[in-house]
Amino acid sequence: MAAFSAVKIPPPQFTTVRSSSQRPGSSPAHFAHSPSAFNSISFGSAKSVRSRPLFAVSSDVVSSDKTKPASSSAFIVNCDMIWRSRLVHCLVVAVTREVALELYEDMVLGRAFEDMCAQMYYRGKMFGFVHLYNGQEAVSTGFIKLLNQSDKVVSTYRDHVHALSKGVPSREVMAELFGKATGCCRGQGGSMHMFSAAHNVLGGFAFIGEGIPVATGAAFSAKYHHEVLKQSKPEGLDVTLAFFGDGTCNNGQFFECLNMAQLWKLPIIFVVENNLWAIGMSHLRATSDPEIWKKGPAFGMPGVHVDGMDVLKVREVAQEAIARARRGEGPTLVECETYRFRGHSLADPDELRKPDEKAHYAARDPIIALKKYIIEHGLASESELKSIDKKIDDVVEDAVEFADSSPLPPRTQLLENVFADPKGFGIGPDGKYRCEDPLFTQGTAQV
Amino acid sequence: MASLQMAALLSAPSTPVPSDRVRLGALRLSASSSSTARNGGALVVRSEAKVSGGGASARGLSLITHAVAEKAAAASSADSKPGHELLLFEALREGLDEEMERDPTVCVMGEDVGHYGGSYKVTKGLATKYGDLRVLDTPIAENSFTGMGIGSAMTGLRPVVEGMNMGFLLLAYNQISNNCGMLHYTSGGQFKIPIVIRGPGGVGRQLGAEHSQRLESYFQSIPGLQMVACSTPYNAKGLMKAAIRSENPVVLFEHVLLYNLKERIPDEEYVLSLEEAEMVRPGEHVTILTYSRMRYHVMQAAKTLVNKGYDPEVIDIRSLKPFDLYTIGNSIKKTHRVLIVEECMRTGGIGASLRSAIIDNFWDYLDAPILCLSSQDVPTPYAGTLENWTVVQPEQIVAAVEQLCK
Repeated sequence: MAAFSAVKIPPPQFTTVRSSSQRPGSSPAHFAHSPSAFNSISFGSAKSVRSRPLFAVSSDVVSSDKTKPASSSAFIVNCDMIWRSRLVHCLVVAVTREVALELYEDMVLGRAFEDMCAQMYYRGKMFGFVHLYNGQEAVSTGFIKLLNQSDKVVSTYRDHVHALSKGVPSREVMAELFGKATGCCRGQGGSMHMFSAAHNVLGGFAFIGEGIPVATGAAFSAKYHHEVLKQSKPEGLDVTLAFFGDGTCNNGQFFECLNMAQLWKLPIIFVVENNLWAIGMSHLRATSDPEIWKKGPAFGMPGVHVDGMDVLKVREVAQEAIARARRGEGPTLVECETYRFRGHSLADPDELRKPDEKAHYAARDPIIALKKYIIEHGLASESELKSIDKKIDDVVEDAVEFADSSPLPPRTQLLENVFADPKGFGIGPDGKYRCEDPLFTQGTAQV
Repeated sequence: MASLQMAALLSAPSTPVPSDRVRLGALRLSASSSSTARNGGALVVRSEAKVSGGGASARGLSLITHAVAEKAAAASSADSKPGHELLLFEALREGLDEEMERDPTVCVMGEDVGHYGGSYKVTKGLATKYGDLRVLDTPIAENSFTGMGIGSAMTGLRPVVEGMNMGFLLLAYNQISNNCGMLHYTSGGQFKIPIVIRGPGGVGRQLGAEHSQRLESYFQSIPGLQMVACSTPYNAKGLMKAAIRSENPVVLFEHVLLYNLKERIPDEEYVLSLEEAEMVRPGEHVTILTYSRMRYHVMQAAKTLVNKGYDPEVIDIRSLKPFDLYTIGNSIKKTHRVLIVEECMRTGGIGASLRSAIIDNFWDYLDAPILCLSSQDVPTPYAGTLENWTVVQPEQIVAAVEQLCK
């Protein structure tokens, strides 16, 4: 079986609803690959249909027409747009050597970093709740590597790798995890609150779902800058990616934001990392209709399901979704079927997931798959890949050393940053603003 | 002595008011939130009669319970321009309009703020002037659109989020507490959230329990948030502008019953300080600390008290979080007796925090226990009589002062 089954687009069908719609976007440069870069890949009809428990099914029917047999790894598309009038290409994810190596390196960084986090946690260097991303790297890499610097990423508590993919230096992330003053949030955020203004990472949120409205706001801001402030960019609107999981898709904020994003055609992509489990709650036990991509069309936006263990497929979907958003065509809901190789967090004994489910997904390890692809297509040699592995190991080691040797936050840091304008602490009995009190800057004032 | 009518609260007085009643200190022509020094009297407005020497005798100066239009404006002091008269909701709108004009990143989001003009008409006409994106009509999803406001504040905009009724913002508590209050800190200072969250709250006229809530007590614990309450057209406009210009997240509490208050406010631009309290009526015998609608009940009671020979000092604290300990402290050092009158519930209310702050800071100056009159810990009933008994009435205030000054 080919490492990557091709992305197959079913011939245009259906169309429920929205036929009134707009003609699908002007320029269908949907897949912006230059023909010369195409590598042909054999189309595996690939995966056998799994038995129910490992749901993550892809069906290729968007409407309620259930007569079509479920074929694996097909694209589900919303009647409304984009892929509808697509010429049937053999859709091959064309990727150059540079891109392939970039993707490989990024995924390896994600994996190595998270593995190091586990080590450091058990050695008592980091505390609290730490949620690792092992196994899901294809989603982060597949999407984030397509973004510009000014595009925004909003994540959940499983955010280390999103931050790394967006460009936040490993040193800063590791130092933050160690609770040091040199961390990206000065040690004040921790594992679940990775923020970077320089790289436009808007968090890191501990409660599920609460980042989605923030992401919607960032997308609103992008539209506002373009339409009201007239600060338009030639490449189009700044895009915001909101990452969240299957559990979040049962939360009100998710639905409210799908509505608003589509209503105002905000440049946002809702990326669902469906790893089938919300701590110990199976997605199937929590959700009346487990096919999350379907919830997109319910709000009038495209809903796409993609194999989230396959970075090239994810990248392809991401490319299209991002292009749509940039053109101002609005949001997309992308459901990525993925899996976390470790427990929910480092405190999770992970007893409920069955060994065969874990084995199934372990066999679809995105890094191994990409490696295989690269070698099979002659994009790089084994030793080049190994040297990337080594390079990343060094980066991660360096990050640990940096974090280890960084200072802890001093007392003086306690009261800074509570308010952007520290006058917010008010006026003291002596008539002066509290923040002018020297005890304040020492961090020992009582507030 | 005249009996006090509650109904007089919102209507014009029958007696003409002294022409220089509204005396404004130095007006700031531009906001300078950068100045950290306090100018003693610069932004203090006295909306009541002048201080009469040191004595408590009322010399027939009427202590009006509300800021009213100045009919005899002609004889105003030569310094100030005549100003213009408007209602409180118009003052809010004026402040908002001025800020939106001045800074194109200021935008409004909320239910029915756009085409409908706001359920209390605070945003009337703004959508026509600024467009649907700047005055955004949202679907009914408080948690999400408040979060949206926070996200846009983090990315360069200055949103003003309106809760159609403050009570609705309970649905947005997740976003207000976790994101609004915390993100500046948890991001290590990388993102600021210059958002204003505003809306009408408080007990109205038989609106029922859910529409009569006072959220200031629920929000006060949230670190990173500032809270102010307006009570007159003058301070409404000034606080609105200050809140919008502030880099901090600010919750601006308005009151359903105060929207139709009329006052003459200056034509010149002015911005008030978010952290300062307002001296409403200077006095010698007792310090009465209050805010929002209770200010008027207090002033109503003050009329009676003056007639009985007391000289209450009334301070509208305005800044619910943080407290202006300077103004409050100076007053306590003078009078040694404190009465807090608030509309929150007793348990965990603003009064409870204020009492505790006063004890921490001014214990030595107190001659009597601090009295706190709050609403009963009762869901606001619909029936008018019951509703009246849940909130503090002027008679109770008079009785409390008498007790304090025994």
